[in-house]
Amino acid sequence: MAVLRPAGDFDRSYKQDMALLRRPWHYWLLGVSLLAAFTVPLWGNAYVIATVNQVAYTIIVVQGLNVLTGYTGQISLSQAAFMLVGGYASALIVTHAGLSFFIALPLAALVAGGVGLLFGLTSLRVKGFYLVFATLAAQFIIPWMSRHTFKAYLGGSNGAIEAPVPRLGGLYFGEASNFVYISLIVLVITTVLLYNISRTRLGRAFVSVRDNDLAAELLGVNLFTYKLRAFFIAALLAGVAGALKAHSQRGVGTEFGYGLNESIIYLGMLVIGGLGTNLGPFLGVAFIILLEDLSDLLGGVLAAALPELSGQLLTSFRPIFFGIALILFLIYEPRGLAHRWQLLKAGWRLRPFSR
Amino acid sequence: MTPERILQVEEVTLAFGGTTVLDRVEFDVRAGEIRAIIGPNGAGKTSMLNCISGFYRPQQGRLLFEGGHELTGASRVAQLGIARTFQNIGLYTHLSALENLMAARHIHMRQNMLDSALYWGRARAEEVRHRAVVEELIDFLEIAHIRKSVVGALPYGLRKRVELGRALALEPKLLLLDEPMAGMNTEEKEDMARFILDIHARRGATIVLVEHDMTLVMDIADRIVVLDFGTKIADGSPDEVRRDPEVIRAYLGEAD
Repeated sequence: MAVLRPAGDFDRSYKQDMALLRRPWHYWLLGVSLLAAFTVPLWGNAYVIATVNQVAYTIIVVQGLNVLTGYTGQISLSQAAFMLVGGYASALIVTHAGLSFFIALPLAALVAGGVGLLFGLTSLRVKGFYLVFATLAAQFIIPWMSRHTFKAYLGGSNGAIEAPVPRLGGLYFGEASNFVYISLIVLVITTVLLYNISRTRLGRAFVSVRDNDLAAELLGVNLFTYKLRAFFIAALLAGVAGALKAHSQRGVGTEFGYGLNESIIYLGMLVIGGLGTNLGPFLGVAFIILLEDLSDLLGGVLAAALPELSGQLLTSFRPIFFGIALILFLIYEPRGLAHRWQLLKAGWRLRPFSR
Repeated sequence: MTPERILQVEEVTLAFGGTTVLDRVEFDVRAGEIRAIIGPNGAGKTSMLNCISGFYRPQQGRLLFEGGHELTGASRVAQLGIARTFQNIGLYTHLSALENLMAARHIHMRQNMLDSALYWGRARAEEVRHRAVVEELIDFLEIAHIRKSVVGALPYGLRKRVELGRALALEPKLLLLDEPMAGMNTEEKEDMARFILDIHARRGATIVLVEHDMTLVMDIADRIVVLDFGTKIADGSPDEVRRDPEVIRAYLGEAD
């Protein structure tokens, strides 16, 4: 599909052609959406603020998965484990090294990235189906280690340690209404960086590994190191998201999730949003989190109507909704919501000649 | 003065299990020529190309590039200056034509991971510089109208042309073309032949060409190697090859 532009919309330099924001209204739209997101604590209730915060850090972890699975075509089922690494690293650095959260956050990301590299080194020697199982190793080893090794530091059988509240000067980020600013700012940064990656040498190398690894190798892309870079970025972003999640929940450990279940849900979010698109993680995460809230609501209503089944109804509605949504998307829109959005835009521009 | 030899194929033998695909094949490629490899189906033409581009490692024999470098792996051929196209098209299907060509500039770019992520500054300057090189190629191959189209959705003939462009974007010293005209109609074939001759004349590239269409090959190649069941049966100018009784036998069969 060629790029459709309104008449009179020309570029006069390659720089202009490559820019992400090309028209004045692009800037306006971006400004308005950023304003809407950053003023949430002013107009939203506690539920909205908490959801926005959760959506923000979940988008970051899914963005990481998108680099690995969407762009580079390597499936991983260990994203939640790397979140756990990031969360622990950040909590431990703040607690024991006494560093500020804002220094601990990038450090924790690097730690998670390093652990990701370690597992990537062993996993990426295999392809496809075998890779999925190799990455499962990280998803089992890391949570197990958090419970059974270094018990004094990692919380042992409690399955959790405390993650201190971030402070900056006189500012105190103990409430979701404050913390959401940190999550949103980090999300803006990761989004800009990922857009840049996807339009430059690194991003093209990732996609060439996915689309045709033989040709990529022949054109001088070192397959192994580029897969490793993708693995590193995925784990790095998982680490960032993990640190954000840990400090906004004020605790980190297997008690807070970080299991295989979460890893699978992240993959599902990415598929529903659209693999290999920058918009995909946003749409997929928002869709699934809203769907989960909807299923809780529906489950609650049904539980009230059928009290004898209430226990089962309340616990089973989330996975049922998630499963149904994933199946429907795989059948009817395997390229995800981002593709649907593209079609919608193209249709609107071609109007009235579309259809 | 003899022209410099850019590629020497020395007694290359390749076997898969019990089947010998190439049997002591020997030929050379001179700098600046169009060298064709022809032969009936299953003669080992594509296998020969796969040996040169490092996908297959022959059991015996050597392939020497520019005198010294032995060709042994696919990962190094790009750095040495060898590019190829594929019989069944090996494009990055989800990228646009422009991005496919830009992807081939990979080894010429210096930006690292951090530059790519930060974009403004080093990466953007480099992208613009390479974009200019790629745009020149796009002009040359007359694919400007589809530069932003996703290649997976393009018709076959155009995809072949984009793939040729991607190989050229590497700025290779040696260009390997695996059946560039397979499955095309006469007009498309003539277009492609014109591009190949243009590349040769204007860019001075050395080209090794695998092709089925005899008449076309006879028209554009300087020298031709003929393979049959993995052995070389003839090697020479188009006129010599055309008159060679072995070649006639391989293509037309033997009169009883």
